[in-house]
Amino acid sequence: MILGRRDVLEVRRLCKAFSGLKAVDDAALDVRAGEIVALIGPNGAGKTTLFACIAGFHKPDSGVVRLDGADITGRAPHRICAAGMVRTFQITQPFATISVRENIMVGAYARTSDRDAAAARAEAIARQVGMGAQLDRRGADLTVAGRKRLELARALATGPRLLLLDEVMAGLNPTEIGEIVEVIRAIRTGGVTILLIEHVMQAVTSLAERVYVLNQGRVIAEGTPAQVAADAGVVEAYLGHGAAARLGGAHA
Amino acid sequence: MSRRGQALLAAGLVLALLYPLLVRAAGAAGLPLSPNYLINTGMLICFTAFLGQSWNVAGGFAGLTSFGHVVFFGTGAYAMAILQVSHGWNPWLAWPVAAVAGAGVGWLIGALAFRAGLKGSYFALITLAFAEVFRILANSVPFTRGGLGLLVKADPRPANLQFRDPIWFYYLALGLCVLALLIAWRLTRTRFGARLVAIRENEDAARALGIDVYAEKVKVLVLSGAMAGAGGAFYVQKYLYVDPWIAFGVDKSVEMLLVSMVGGAGTIAGPLIGAAALTAINEVTRMLASVVPALKNVQPLSLIVYGAMLILIVARLPHGLASLFGRRHDHPVIPSAARDLPRTTHRASGRGRSLAALGMTEGAAGDRPHDPGEAGRA
Repeated sequence: MILGRRDVLEVRRLCKAFSGLKAVDDAALDVRAGEIVALIGPNGAGKTTLFACIAGFHKPDSGVVRLDGADITGRAPHRICAAGMVRTFQITQPFATISVRENIMVGAYARTSDRDAAAARAEAIARQVGMGAQLDRRGADLTVAGRKRLELARALATGPRLLLLDEVMAGLNPTEIGEIVEVIRAIRTGGVTILLIEHVMQAVTSLAERVYVLNQGRVIAEGTPAQVAADAGVVEAYLGHGAAARLGGAHA
Repeated sequence: MSRRGQALLAAGLVLALLYPLLVRAAGAAGLPLSPNYLINTGMLICFTAFLGQSWNVAGGFAGLTSFGHVVFFGTGAYAMAILQVSHGWNPWLAWPVAAVAGAGVGWLIGALAFRAGLKGSYFALITLAFAEVFRILANSVPFTRGGLGLLVKADPRPANLQFRDPIWFYYLALGLCVLALLIAWRLTRTRFGARLVAIRENEDAARALGIDVYAEKVKVLVLSGAMAGAGGAFYVQKYLYVDPWIAFGVDKSVEMLLVSMVGGAGTIAGPLIGAAALTAINEVTRMLASVVPALKNVQPLSLIVYGAMLILIVARLPHGLASLFGRRHDHPVIPSAARDLPRTTHRASGRGRSLAALGMTEGAAGDRPHDPGEAGRA
């Protein structure tokens, strides 16, 4: 819409409550083609629930999710995946007893039923995310960093236009974070739009063009990383009521 | 398939084809065991392996642990018997219909159970319940002749799918066994099979990666049901009799599950290895019981041996006897990394799967996600 860039993802008035608790409350966001957008917020803000609603894992109580203009609200995850959007999991979910290659092939099979083609694609993607040397290791034998990369690789293998990444950097050391930031940047350069949930602010500021801040299920701010970091509401959401005024006093 | 696997398969197949001729030659040369007894035992191994494989495609590959797999077997058996006895069908025609009947029950149970989201132990129990309901129905509805059972008229002609010489049932069972091995082998090579394994390992991840989990589960249960149904039909042709306990009794369910677990669930050769081991135990214990007077009243001895064996296998060889031969599972028996994995189901590892099949699950404490960066935030 803005600047003529097409919206890949549009979320409008999305609500999801669990036995009275409003996990997502009237949330709205847009992701435009080719962007990297971050979704941040304190623990329990509803980020993962919002992801789950967008990707079809939860049926929203109300609201609309559009992918490339088509209404996909409440569709099953496998249909949303076929439509070109795929999510990863914050708590990594490797297929434990099969190899990295076979793990990624499961994703690749979303676009082909041919075994050789799926294997070739899996190997190419493993190299792309830096797992080329680990193709024959079992999912269960990977380190935390390895599992995070595997999540990313499997999702990427499904050939998405929009990738939803849920905390792919949590638990990684600074070197590993630096590596995965480069991988994500390269994925975007390859034409995949990215929406990511992230706590690692270093990564958010270096990767994202725009940031949405979620607190208690509501979007409380939107803008560039610098803009939201300066937003009084955001500071209060993280540090508590009155924090902005105190910090503001110090800065002034 | 690896070169070693191909060579092994070819050698095994040749040996299996020659087996009846070899034992007859050995019999003529003065072997104390009757050749027909040995041929029948070979037939039993192949047939049990086939039934075990029908359990394995669903329970081993897709993780759909069933306690009532006999429901498909019995449906096929009754379809075969009723079509012949009450409707005068030719058994060669009735056989595929029996497989379709088994598939139909697979579809029914799958559609009901998976739409309701039943997984793990709940699915196991629902299949057990179905088997029991079918057994009670078979006991009470008129067209099965209740507890009297159905007797198929003996008329041993090949056109009638009955044979005077046990060698032909042996070859028939061998054909079923090879077919089952081919099906399992295909599962390791195709998208369908890869999707089943993904579902077994982690359903949520499978869904996220574009797999229609419900449809795939129903499909594999239809396949498994068709196989067990065809097996039930074979049983009827071999023994020319079926009653509610034979068709839907829990024994056969346990046997199907056991041969897979003992041999190695989710492997190609597991059910065959398990069937050979169990049939051997069966025969040896029966002989022992007839020879050793002290064992006469310990009946059936084979069950005690099964039990001990199952405990040993679950404890020491969670991937079954197949892991003694295969390269695929030559990692440590209980991989420590697998225990540290975050799990959404208790079947994420072979070990959990074995325990689940016994109706036990690992304690919740052992199942906690162990991912340093996430533990606090999850």
